[in-house]
Amino acid sequence: MSLPQLPDPAIELGAIAGDWRDAVRLAGAALVRSGATEESYTERMIEVIDEFGAYIVIAPGLALAHARPGDDVLHEGLAVITLAEPIAFGHPHNDPVSVVLGLAVANPETHVTSVAELANVFNDASAIPAIASAATPDDVRRVLFAEH
Amino acid sequence: MKIVAICGAGVGTSGILKVNTERVLKNLDIEAEVTASDVAGVGVAAADAQVILTSPELVDKIGKTFADIVVIDNYFDLEELTRKIEKALG
Repeated sequence: MSLPQLPDPAIELGAIAGDWRDAVRLAGAALVRSGATEESYTERMIEVIDEFGAYIVIAPGLALAHARPGDDVLHEGLAVITLAEPIAFGHPHNDPVSVVLGLAVANPETHVTSVAELANVFNDASAIPAIASAATPDDVRRVLFAEH
Repeated sequence: MKIVAICGAGVGTSGILKVNTERVLKNLDIEAEVTASDVAGVGVAAADAQVILTSPELVDKIGKTFADIVVIDNYFDLEELTRKIEKALG
């Protein structure tokens, strides 16, 4: 099991976002920069939240922005945004969000292995605060690609 | 025994819930089939399920079901999952 690569362009630390849409757009832009998606994927991630609410905030402080596979996913990708000021997404328990993950999967089969690995990483309760306080992209990669 | 994890898009968050539920069931030594589905497919996916796991945000969208709906706040908190699954399975 493995996560998608996380090159520097897919990481933005201490970003400023005015609201949750901004925060998701930052994650979408990082996926575009890293070559994983086209811009329409970003808007599709926002549509998922418009339609279903803030359920993507799956743990305190962590949002997993994503949409279904589609033609605008060029290859599997992961992006990490940390926010200088945490943002409320509207989740009853897990707001505010300080770490936004962007996930793009090319097909439903590969997504299973990616999310299983995300579970391996974040079942350790120290992972979210460690990423939120990361100073460099290498700090983020150390948390996400540590041996479990 | 059948358990369905529900999310909006059917990829991503329900997959995490499925993986962690399988872990909890293994620890509890309970045999069950765990599947992931999106809200749109819940009627079919959960037709013969005993338990539906989902986010507080999605409960209202699930509609009529005979399954127990279990709301999970933190998808990565295996203690919360264990406690709520044990309670639902009574």
